[in-house]
Amino acid sequence: MPNMSLTKVPMPEQEPNVRNKNFEEVAMGYTAEMAIEEATRCLNCKHKPCVNGCPVNVRIPEFVEQVAAGEFEKAYEIITSTNGLPAVCGRVCPQESQCEGNCVRGIKGEPVAIGRLERFCADYHMANSHAAATKPESNGIKVAVVGAGPSGLTCAADLAKKGYEVTIFEAFHKAGGVLVYGIPEFRLPKAIVQKEIDNLTNLGVEIKTNMVIGKVLSIDEIFDMGYKACFVGSGAGLPSFMGIEGEALIGVYSANEYLTRANLMKAYLPEYDTPVMKSKSVAVVGGGNVAMDAARTAKRLGAENVYIVYRRGMEEMPARKEEIHHAIEEGIIFKNLNNPVKLIGDEEGRVSKMECIEMELGEPDASGRRRPIEKEGSNFLLDVDTVIMSIGTSPNPLIRSTTEGLEANKRGCLVVNEDTLQTTREGIYAGGDAVTGAATVILAMGAGKQAAESIDNYLQNK
Amino acid sequence: MYKILRKKQLNENVCLMDIEAPFIAKKAKAGQFIIFRVDEYGERVPLTISDTNPETGAVTIIFQIVGRSTMVLSQLNEGDAILDFVGPLGTATELDGYKNVCVIGGGVGNAIAFPSAKALFKNGAHVDVIAGFRSKDIVILEDEFKEVCDNLYITTDDGTYGEKGFVTNKLQSLIDAGNNYDLVIAIGPVPMMKFVSAVTKPYNIKTLVSLNPIMIDGTGMCGGCRVTVGGEIKFACVDGPDFDGHQVDYDELMKRNSTYRTKETHDRENCRMYKAADAVTGGAQ
Repeated sequence: MPNMSLTKVPMPEQEPNVRNKNFEEVAMGYTAEMAIEEATRCLNCKHKPCVNGCPVNVRIPEFVEQVAAGEFEKAYEIITSTNGLPAVCGRVCPQESQCEGNCVRGIKGEPVAIGRLERFCADYHMANSHAAATKPESNGIKVAVVGAGPSGLTCAADLAKKGYEVTIFEAFHKAGGVLVYGIPEFRLPKAIVQKEIDNLTNLGVEIKTNMVIGKVLSIDEIFDMGYKACFVGSGAGLPSFMGIEGEALIGVYSANEYLTRANLMKAYLPEYDTPVMKSKSVAVVGGGNVAMDAARTAKRLGAENVYIVYRRGMEEMPARKEEIHHAIEEGIIFKNLNNPVKLIGDEEGRVSKMECIEMELGEPDASGRRRPIEKEGSNFLLDVDTVIMSIGTSPNPLIRSTTEGLEANKRGCLVVNEDTLQTTREGIYAGGDAVTGAATVILAMGAGKQAAESIDNYLQNK
Repeated sequence: MYKILRKKQLNENVCLMDIEAPFIAKKAKAGQFIIFRVDEYGERVPLTISDTNPETGAVTIIFQIVGRSTMVLSQLNEGDAILDFVGPLGTATELDGYKNVCVIGGGVGNAIAFPSAKALFKNGAHVDVIAGFRSKDIVILEDEFKEVCDNLYITTDDGTYGEKGFVTNKLQSLIDAGNNYDLVIAIGPVPMMKFVSAVTKPYNIKTLVSLNPIMIDGTGMCGGCRVTVGGEIKFACVDGPDFDGHQVDYDELMKRNSTYRTKETHDRENCRMYKAADAVTGGAQ
């Protein structure tokens, strides 16, 4: 008889007023007892709607059944048969719109906490298993992967498991992509990302850091080095600004810069040299997950007032509900239905005020969301000493501008065949944000998987 | 890890190093830069490449000790290694088609001016070099410059070596003497580049400057290095670091470069060229 509780077993979390002053993980994870209890809520439906909601098709009811039986290692094996980064996905996937969004238990009450269970299994394995993955027998064929983010890591893992000799070229000094520079420690501890990457090197994948492809080597030169296929997972790294007056003032950051300083360069730890502004009042412009990360990071770095300034309403915010909820708990002030029109500086050129205008929602636009319209004459000033622009990113042009025959659309995203993820050049595949523009970790991972499959087909039939 | 192949102290605060980075040595062109990180705790520090040797795989950097990373780097020796070294970043300086060029370096900026002079001279252009320093004891690269130019003019602020005065004084006198430059390259402190551009503007001499804003990744990702050029926002790491000297908003760049500096050290009173300009204009500059 399944556990018919309408709600998930609650996730133990740090107290909001404690955690908003440290960088430790917010959600502390289920105990074994909690995991077993939650797992018994699964009805083990025959048609498995949850699996269809997962971009990498994790065999969810099967692993949940093993959790319920207390067979955590078996559950982990089932998960990792299709998902190479379970500790990451269990933490940062938008489960509410994927697996859990399809869960039958969600029709009346809360869905099964699939994400929390996935995280539990991955953490259990990391804590209890010391058997390192080993390198499969090599087929001698070299494949290159550009970018060590979610799509590149996934693609590399799947290819390595099939016996390919995989080299990842990463531009930064550290592998992980957005998992290390973008998503903060308090949502995704970097030690966990590192363990996932260690798994990959145990599979025989070579990671070459400090290699900016398009600059130090072109993709054609990579082929000249004996690589037979290439996957481009270079992400969407180029930050957008609003184009309003005052964006060059001191104290105005892109979310990319602010988060990279804090996460990758560890500006919050005193022994690291990279500086970041000591702020009193911070306005984060935007309503996505990255905006929530930037705001919560600013709070932890000691800012007294942290505002989210977003031109639409709470309902239209693209950020995950859980992130918004956490941000509110931590004291982030939401100034929705407001849009910045101008940034004003002091005599030293430091930003001191943000002029905003109130907005109201009109008819739905092309995105289906109600279009924000300015309320004439409603301008007001907000005192700030830091502004973080978190209004989106676009793909970096470095690779497409240095690789002949690689086509991109007008937003700069690489054009691919939807079924194979092959670009407009034979042997070159692409996925993740470089193709879709800014999206989620799990979608990028799904693309990495799909590309690995296509690359295998291509090379086996060549 | 990237090995230090050669180290040479050029003056008390300026050091030259050859770093083993064969891929970069093969690709780098004049005007491009690298980013290094000396150890796990260090910042990512951008430095324009001074020279390369594709055969030995050496990339030459010349740096002034200004913070912890450059201090630690300066204390390493030949045979030691640094943690990270990435490049070549940025767009190479466009040097083709020029016949008569004046290359101007200020202080450690001479290290960056050097590869441009070398490339232009090799292309057959007439190259005058004005190398400006505060004082005799910090003069660098004198012998190296002599090999890659037609005339080398050294200026010092205090007159202890070469001609007394600023590079702008020398440039003005060379223009007055009838030199028809089709390109001026100015690399050095921001005020120097600003004032050189002000000298060349009335004569419509194309002027290239190499900017050094704060940056992290060097690939267009952080946007910290944005500069206003001709009224548009540009990212120095991918669109530059070279820009049309007549279009750059230097005052904004100076302010942005002071983001993490304490107020005391970036007061314009500390800048010698501004002091001189203030003395002439009564502070209205």
